[in-house]
Amino acid sequence: MSTTEDNRVAPPADLRDERLATPRDIADHVRAGVRRVRDGDLGALPVIAGIVVIWTIFQVLNPTFLSSTNLVNLSFDMVPIGVIALGIVCVLLVGQIDLSVGSVSGLSGAITAVVMVRFEQPTWLAVLAALAASCLIGWLYGQGFNRIGVPSFVVTLAGLLAFLGVQLLVLQGENAINLPFDSTLVKFAQLWFVPDWLAYTLAVAAGMGFSAAGWVRARTRRRAGLSAQSPQWLVAKSVLLLAALLFMVSYLCRTRGVAWMFVLFVALVLALNYVLTRTKYGRSVYAVGGNAEAARRAGINVRRVYTSVFVICSGLAALGGVLAASRLAAANQSAGGGDVNLNAIAAAVIGGTSLFGGRGSAFAALLGTLVIQSISSGLTLLNLDSSYRFVITGLVLFIAVGLDAVARRSRQAHGRG
Amino acid sequence: MSTGTAVPLGNTDTALSLRGICKHFGAVAALTDIDLDVAAGEVVAIVGDNGAGKSTLVKVLSGVHAADAGKIFFHGDEVSLGSPAEAHAMGIATVFQDLALCENLDVKANLFLGQELRPWMLDEVAMEKRSWELLRELSAKIPTLDVPVAALSGGQRQTVAIARSLLSSPKVVLLDEPTAALGVAQTAEVLNLVERLKDNGLGVVMISHNMEDVRAVADRVAVLRLGRNNGVFDARDVSSAEIVAAITGAADNVVSRRAARHTLAQREEKEQP
Ligand SMILES: Nc1ncnc2c1ncn2[C@@H]1O[C@H](COP(=O)(O)OP(=O)(O)OP(=O)(O)O)[C@@H](O)[C@H]1O
Ligand SMILES: [Mg+2]
Repeated sequence: MSTTEDNRVAPPADLRDERLATPRDIADHVRAGVRRVRDGDLGALPVIAGIVVIWTIFQVLNPTFLSSTNLVNLSFDMVPIGVIALGIVCVLLVGQIDLSVGSVSGLSGAITAVVMVRFEQPTWLAVLAALAASCLIGWLYGQGFNRIGVPSFVVTLAGLLAFLGVQLLVLQGENAINLPFDSTLVKFAQLWFVPDWLAYTLAVAAGMGFSAAGWVRARTRRRAGLSAQSPQWLVAKSVLLLAALLFMVSYLCRTRGVAWMFVLFVALVLALNYVLTRTKYGRSVYAVGGNAEAARRAGINVRRVYTSVFVICSGLAALGGVLAASRLAAANQSAGGGDVNLNAIAAAVIGGTSLFGGRGSAFAALLGTLVIQSISSGLTLLNLDSSYRFVITGLVLFIAVGLDAVARRSRQAHGRG
Repeated sequence: MSTGTAVPLGNTDTALSLRGICKHFGAVAALTDIDLDVAAGEVVAIVGDNGAGKSTLVKVLSGVHAADAGKIFFHGDEVSLGSPAEAHAMGIATVFQDLALCENLDVKANLFLGQELRPWMLDEVAMEKRSWELLRELSAKIPTLDVPVAALSGGQRQTVAIARSLLSSPKVVLLDEPTAALGVAQTAEVLNLVERLKDNGLGVVMISHNMEDVRAVADRVAVLRLGRNNGVFDARDVSSAEIVAAITGAADNVVSRRAARHTLAQREEKEQP
């Protein structure tokens, strides 16, 4: 291993241990990736494989499934659940659960409609009221959990019932309140698309941003005497990403295009990903989920982390509720009921978020929701009713959790935590 | 039997002093009327049997448990240690017996937990660089920092916990059995480290069951027995037998009897032709 070259240049500070195998070229990277997967460090692979399988099956059964029109609809329909699932990811990361996201989303849709239509207030005020009320709910959960010590699934189960009642009260017995079709919210959730040129520009900007960030990171690491990913590998990844994004945009632009609502969702995913992986606060969220007592001894205010996470979850649930009401152009009594809760939680878990805390990412919400919404969309195209949807979603959830359990055992056996 | 007398209060050289600390867990009195002084630039070893209350004392000093009664002085000022965060802020760093690491986080995330650089845009590179420096200083045998702590061996974890306590440039370091799981080289490095900390004017409290380690680095040895002070000795002129007697509470104890049996056997062996 040690050649004259290695003797001349000191190896990077993080690669000096002789037991360490380091990838040198792209083939090595691929081999290391294969080994990781075999050891059970699956990452996003199972979900992506799942999406491929599901899409293939539905495409075979109904050739309109992968049509541009249907995918545009999918990109709209997945947003409310996806936004709610983002919040669920946060509570799952600290090892807690929020069962009331459905009720809270329904309530916030109702609040928005009532403030807009009955009180004739501007849209922004209506949305703000809904978000503020929901954040308050999250704060109350935090207090109940921290100070009284009620387990989170009990506090939020109480919330599920209570806020379902409040939703009915807010609607004052009306079955549904319609949102005016010319309101910003409804246009946003049904009609507004990114102009084609801007969509392509965004895709290119994303690809370039990715490679620029990688390049800057590699340079700072090299300057600090640490190993950095090879330029070829970075270029390969960037080109792949750019090609995928451009293909997606061009495919959607064949019909209506990229919805602003979908862009909002992606922006939220990226923002949450940044907060979770690049900030001190995000670290503390993972730390509390991994070992709350250790986090406390490290000086982290554990109670504040719990409260903040409940607030974020309720806030995102409220945003999801507002978007769902906008999509329907109405707030009704059954909004947020039925399967909203379960779909949001299932999406987070299918995406790879552990129910035991400390493991998962914002992208889990994106991928998991894509799975759930694809199933629902495909079955609708096949004219199958919701009974099948429940059965199939349940099966997928079981497979996802089972795969995670198997992978976890394998990870432990192969020292990947 | 106590030789080391308490340093007078108000002496600013005293990094840490405790007076009359009590701590109950339900019906169990884990600590009763504990007095302890640690001067700046001094290593105090705390020894005692299993369950004597050593770890409980460390947890009181690091803000994990609140004392039921008693006073804590830090550099002459009375302080309250209500939470680990307060103890950190004051400059008290601790290596806990159970290590208190987050198994799902990788090594560098654990090292910098709660004291990350650049809170709103984590400086991963600087943190990784500093981690390697610290770990090399301790002769840590950790191949990569990218793995979660769950994948480390017991001794590697202990090294991570020790390295973490040094990050924030503390004034007092509490080490609860820091070398229990370490190899020979790593133990020697930790003892060297304790001496370096002492030379830099830090107060060090070290808990250990290993008399050799204790006598190698400690200036004074405080014995706890059943949650009470049982003597403070000057480490230079106390024998291991005396310490053991204080720990077990009798000159005639299982350790001394075993030692006696051993010497007897040896003598008999020698007398054989
Ligand atoms: N969290 C707790 N709850 C209840 N009792 C406790 C708790 N922590 C410690 N104790 C009790 O306090 C007493 C002292 O325990 P401590 O952990 O301080 O002992 P120790 O001297 O560190 O022992 P060892 O050498 O085994 O580490 C024991 O009797 C123990 O049972
Ligand atoms: Mg102990």
